[in-house]
Amino acid sequence: MSLRSPLGRVLGMGSAKDGTGHWWAERVSSVALVPLTLWAVGALLALPRLDFLAVRTFFAEPLHSLLAVLLVAVMAYHSDLGTAVIVEDYVHVRGVKVFLLLLLRFAYVLIAGSAIFALLQIAFGRSPA
Amino acid sequence: MSTPLRARPLSPHLDIYRWQMGNTLSILHRLTGLALALGLPALAYFVLALAHGSASYRQAQHLFMSPVGLLWLVAWSFAFFYHLLNGIRHLFWDIGLGFERRARTVSGWVVVGGSVVLTLGLWSGLWLSDRL
Repeated sequence: MSLRSPLGRVLGMGSAKDGTGHWWAERVSSVALVPLTLWAVGALLALPRLDFLAVRTFFAEPLHSLLAVLLVAVMAYHSDLGTAVIVEDYVHVRGVKVFLLLLLRFAYVLIAGSAIFALLQIAFGRSPA
Repeated sequence: MSTPLRARPLSPHLDIYRWQMGNTLSILHRLTGLALALGLPALAYFVLALAHGSASYRQAQHLFMSPVGLLWLVAWSFAFFYHLLNGIRHLFWDIGLGFERRARTVSGWVVVGGSVVLTLGLWSGLWLSDRL
């Protein structure tokens, strides 16, 4: 048993040192998502048809490809920041919490990575069969 | 001593507060954010199917256009519009605007009404133009 007071135990341990970093990153990515998601909704409405050839041709355009890649990347990043806060708020067992945070981050990188890879295939690949 | 002699005072906990607009919309913001995150794998699946070829794309289209798929998409689009509008509301608060009682109530109703209208608008637009 320690004879140190609760205050004594935490003194000198310092803060996590990232201050407002997480909060700020959430805001910055949310600002980026406003035009990116509005573009996606506009694109959906502007496409005359939603069959394979029409959608594929749309995403093969360099500008559309770039915007879609950015959208997926920022969405996954913003999602990771948001769901991490949910985990930190409700999961209080340290091991479980760290495990979930890692699992989520790996999942986001996998999901965003494969979606971006697919978008690049569409952008640089041969015309669709 | 590592444990205080008396338990430290706790603030009144969640259940004594009256349910009201502020906390309802705040909880809904978190729930819609979570729903949007759950939709990311579906979005990735759609793009992967599109890259894979016309057969996979038709399969994905079939899945998304099934009754369950459509219901999910409509719910997902509502979650998106709500999170977008309420997120903008939060950004205004972040720069110090709109904290007054009236502004809070009005912006709250704009978010709720706006997300319903935008969801209905998107789907009736797609439906009327025969793209569903």
